[in-house]
Amino acid sequence: MLEIKNLHVEVEGEGTEILKGVNLTINKGEIHAIMGPNGSGKSTLAKIVAGHPEYEVTKGDIIYNGESILELDPDERSHAGLFLAFQYPVEVPGVTNNTLLRESYNTIAASRGREELDPLEFDDYIREKLELVDMKADFLERSVNTGFSGGEKKRNEIFQMAVLEPALALLDETDSGLDIDALRIVADGINKLHHEENSVVLITHYQRLLNYIIPDHVHVMIGGKVVKSGGKELALELEEKGYDWLESLATVNGEAK
Amino acid sequence: MSETKALESMIGEEYKYGFTTDVEYEDFPSGINEDIVRLISEKKNEPEWMTEFRLKAYRAWTEMEEPSWFNATYEKPKFDKLQYYSAPKNKPKLNSLDEVDPKIRETYEKLGIPLEEQKMLAGVAVDAVFDSVSIFTTFKEKLAEAGVIFCSISEAIQDHPELVKKYMGSVVPARDNFYAALNSAVFSDGSFCYVPKDTICPMELSTYFRINNMNSGQFERTLIIAEENSHVSYLEGCTAPMYDENQLHAAVVELIAMDNAEIKYSTIQNWYSGNEDGKGGIFNFVTKRGACRGDNSKISWTQLETGSAVTLKYPSVILQGDNSVGEFYSVAVTNKRQQADTGTKMIHLGKNTKSTIISKGISAGKSDNSYRGEVKISKKADNARNYSQCDSMLIGQTCGAHTFPYIESANPTGKVEHEATTSRVGEDQIFYLQQRGLSEDDAISLIVNGFCKEVLKELPMEFAVEANKLLGIKLEGSVG
Repeated sequence: MLEIKNLHVEVEGEGTEILKGVNLTINKGEIHAIMGPNGSGKSTLAKIVAGHPEYEVTKGDIIYNGESILELDPDERSHAGLFLAFQYPVEVPGVTNNTLLRESYNTIAASRGREELDPLEFDDYIREKLELVDMKADFLERSVNTGFSGGEKKRNEIFQMAVLEPALALLDETDSGLDIDALRIVADGINKLHHEENSVVLITHYQRLLNYIIPDHVHVMIGGKVVKSGGKELALELEEKGYDWLESLATVNGEAK
Repeated sequence: MSETKALESMIGEEYKYGFTTDVEYEDFPSGINEDIVRLISEKKNEPEWMTEFRLKAYRAWTEMEEPSWFNATYEKPKFDKLQYYSAPKNKPKLNSLDEVDPKIRETYEKLGIPLEEQKMLAGVAVDAVFDSVSIFTTFKEKLAEAGVIFCSISEAIQDHPELVKKYMGSVVPARDNFYAALNSAVFSDGSFCYVPKDTICPMELSTYFRINNMNSGQFERTLIIAEENSHVSYLEGCTAPMYDENQLHAAVVELIAMDNAEIKYSTIQNWYSGNEDGKGGIFNFVTKRGACRGDNSKISWTQLETGSAVTLKYPSVILQGDNSVGEFYSVAVTNKRQQADTGTKMIHLGKNTKSTIISKGISAGKSDNSYRGEVKISKKADNARNYSQCDSMLIGQTCGAHTFPYIESANPTGKVEHEATTSRVGEDQIFYLQQRGLSEDDAISLIVNGFCKEVLKELPMEFAVEANKLLGIKLEGSVG
């Protein structure tokens, strides 16, 4: 489904290399976790896959469903089924959740040749989704992320994912800033949304999210590269040992190249 | 989604009202002097007092200096080159729509202005002003049944001279300012509305202004009077063809509200704004003022200003009656090299008077957008209150936004609140919405619509959708 090949990335115009040859393959139906210390390039990787204009790919490729998506605009990638749950969801004052989601849903539906929903049909559809993240209907009439608590913003991201039903969801630190109850709700929601036809990538600092969502693969990023991959047990090992023991691995690999 | 589609269908039609209509004109020689003023008055078969009103104004104008205190620079209009009267030929009084020049009717059809009553938006009466002359007023009969007079100002001067004589110039005196004086001397037409006592006007009233002729200035005059316990809602729309030369539009609008009366005045202004390099476009220098003469009266201005090369406009309210209310809701959008210096004045004279100012300025391209507002509380205005909120939004790095609030209070019981914010439409905001599937233009349109929501909801329903579309088109491709 997604294949990242030797991806090198710089901040547009600055020349600082942030990703230094990332390789990653995600198959349909899989859940992957990407872990790593601050500044390792995890969030950057997610933003680049979604097409953030701030970054420039200098080498390598991102293949999605067999085709390179490097030339696609963010909205085109979204139409193709890519979804990014933001680490810091953006406020859009004066625009209700309902308005944004209906516009999003219908734009994506139209791009795939599916039928668009009128406001009443959409209302029925969206209310079912609210339950998934345990949110009340008045939430729909609030301005997008405006005045939301940190936890509400994160839940809103998962709610949007539920409405848009992406084929590949990248969840960037969706667990950070959540208390234990909210974490459980969000994790439950993600589990319910995941099935064998879609894939989920969890980007996280902490192992605790992985108590609720069991990944098929765990990757560790350090210094702009994936330095180690393994099964779910790797997350536990990280919990116990921290990242220090892998730092040397990053350097060795770096010098080897 | 339907809105988005409508937007897309308009891509590539940067300014779709830029066409010209080929009609024969009855033109005047260029330039201005007392003879020209007399000639205008004569052409219109005006009574003596009207001619005198014009001449006095003209003499006052010759002694005035063109103002330059605002935040805009442009080449001053050449007053001796302008044509002060321009009317489609052969326009005696029309008895039915069939008598309107088909070319002019076609123009209004292209603009989407429904002149034919059967095609009209439900409950909107239209007065169409083409260059200087009112072409046709619809729904006259139905309004007359309710006792409402809605006609061109020229007709009003003929048919209701006592009303015009009493009120014209009573809110905006001829000497008020340079452009008001010029208008008072040479105004050619405009709309007149009189709502009698205890009457709720049964439909929205609307005037549509069109500048067609290249060298003519448009000087229209609007006068609205709402008697005791009456209510009226009025909307004006404006477009003009694209010319390389600047055209002058200097209107005067006067509103008068008596006891318990309410006037709601909305504007969607989309004059041609000039090209990418700032060539051409309309100079929109208008004086709009309302007087809340009666107790508990209310005047509300709502404006969506998207066009014109230069806009200088400050719709104001004089709050004379006790407990009277003044409101100003404004969205001003500037793009390319447009300059707008706009805002309001709220003059509190009566007790317990209240005013609200909500201004949203959006600047993009290389434009400059200024809010200028004055709140004045006089000595006798006990317990006057004002709330002002001025928000600016910047799109891109090359535009400017400015706020100039003036507050003057001579009464210690007065309460004035002023809030101002400035924000920038950020890459992150656009990326977020694009990630959710919206195109860049739709993302900006959505952000801007959200920003203006408080003002847009004040527009009459029939025009809110049009306003949304206009905002989207206006800002298309503004993030490079």
